[in-house]
Amino acid sequence: MSFEIPEDCYYLETHEWARIDEQAGTARVGISEFAQDELGDIVFVELPEPDEEIDQDGELGVVESIKAVSDLYSPLSGTVATVNEAVFDEPERLNDDPYGDGWLLELDEIDASESDALLTAEEYEQQIE
Amino acid sequence: MAQELRQPPLGDVHMDRGASLTSFGGWEMPVEFESIKTEHEAVRESIGKFDVSHMGEIEVRGPDADELTQRLTTNDVTALEPGDGQYSAVTDERGIMLDDTVVYNRPDDEGYLFVPNAGHDEELYDHWRSHREKWDLDCTVANVTERYAMIAVQGPESEARVGAVIETARDLGRFKIQSVSIAGVDCLCSRTGYTGEDGFELLCPWEDTRAVWDAIDGQPCGLGARDTLRIEQGFLLSGQDFDPESNPRTPYEAGIGFVVDTDTQFLGRDVLVDATPNEQFVGIELTERGVPRNGYAVESADGTPIGTVTSGTLSPTLGVPIGLGYVSTDHAEPGTEIRVVIRDDRKAGLIKNPPFEHPTVEQ
Repeated sequence: MSFEIPEDCYYLETHEWARIDEQAGTARVGISEFAQDELGDIVFVELPEPDEEIDQDGELGVVESIKAVSDLYSPLSGTVATVNEAVFDEPERLNDDPYGDGWLLELDEIDASESDALLTAEEYEQQIE
Repeated sequence: MAQELRQPPLGDVHMDRGASLTSFGGWEMPVEFESIKTEHEAVRESIGKFDVSHMGEIEVRGPDADELTQRLTTNDVTALEPGDGQYSAVTDERGIMLDDTVVYNRPDDEGYLFVPNAGHDEELYDHWRSHREKWDLDCTVANVTERYAMIAVQGPESEARVGAVIETARDLGRFKIQSVSIAGVDCLCSRTGYTGEDGFELLCPWEDTRAVWDAIDGQPCGLGARDTLRIEQGFLLSGQDFDPESNPRTPYEAGIGFVVDTDTQFLGRDVLVDATPNEQFVGIELTERGVPRNGYAVESADGTPIGTVTSGTLSPTLGVPIGLGYVSTDHAEPGTEIRVVIRDDRKAGLIKNPPFEHPTVEQ
């Protein structure tokens, strides 16, 4: 089975992605298609509040499927700017569109150079093979 | 330390069908084919089939087969005519449940067959044999777990679908068992299941499982859907909702006092006659977002610890978080406000009497 792994994202080994806007100093964060497939039907998402400061690899909340609970980690340091409130009411968005409508949150005040510690799409693809 | 997992007869068939696998009770079993939600809905709305070959089978035959089984299970085995089955519990001398099981008086009048849960077959086989020696009874006990595969066909359409293959299945009463032929294979067919829906369980020879599996048209379902379906009904999962080592419970505490017949003599009876449970098995429904899970603490509305969650999920049918667990009897009344502690947060909920989802058949 092959999974979508967009080239314009960086990845954590724990299956979170970050899509960085270097000019704005922001990044959008979500979980990979592989992660949603492993978890199965996602039924609950817990995320930090806006303005909360997050460290790279720090805890970013929890995603629960019918069968499992999984901690989320942050690909980058930054401050939570926006949370995708729609996933609270429709957590299945993470299953249906993990890189689009199923995004989790946006960080600002990021340090884009931290992406050096993340996996490229190619490296991530090798990891989940 | 990795122990070799026991394989069901259709392992390869499930893999080809795209199943993801899980280890359960020492067996490698399919957890999910399409998705738990899809499979769950298939069983509630139409039909699903499960390979439940991880369930054990023990045969007890001979002049004292009924006495041995009567003294080792809590229900009244002598009430069973050939072709009858009953839900029951196996307790030890403390009245603690070792397992729950279904006991059948075989339709061919060839003794009893009972069905232990996954991973309990060896233990119960030894339990039967050692007590046969101790009480000097005359019967044979055989662990035939890997001689019988088991397929559960469940859902409102199961009578029509199974009836199309086995004409007599339509007339089979709840908890009855009969000898049938499916796709040329001699099987036992019982009207039982663990989903709350109408359904059948087919016991067939291990080597002919494929023919029987293919003969019944229905959504293949894994253990994931089996779990959400049984939680919606408030049915116990052996090893999780009770366990003689980690969570010792009497049948009364576990909410299945209806399978205890104290007019019969069985191991643990004298303790159970005088037992007053301090805790009771209950259903919990959260009124806030969150998913109750095994091991989470339950508190009263004022923050006093009153119990523990043993099973939980987001109900696929109802769309609300539901759980099962034990709370002190003075907080067990349906409607009592409680809190479940989820990652240090207290989520509000209510005690509910299962089934959360109403079954289509009387249990």
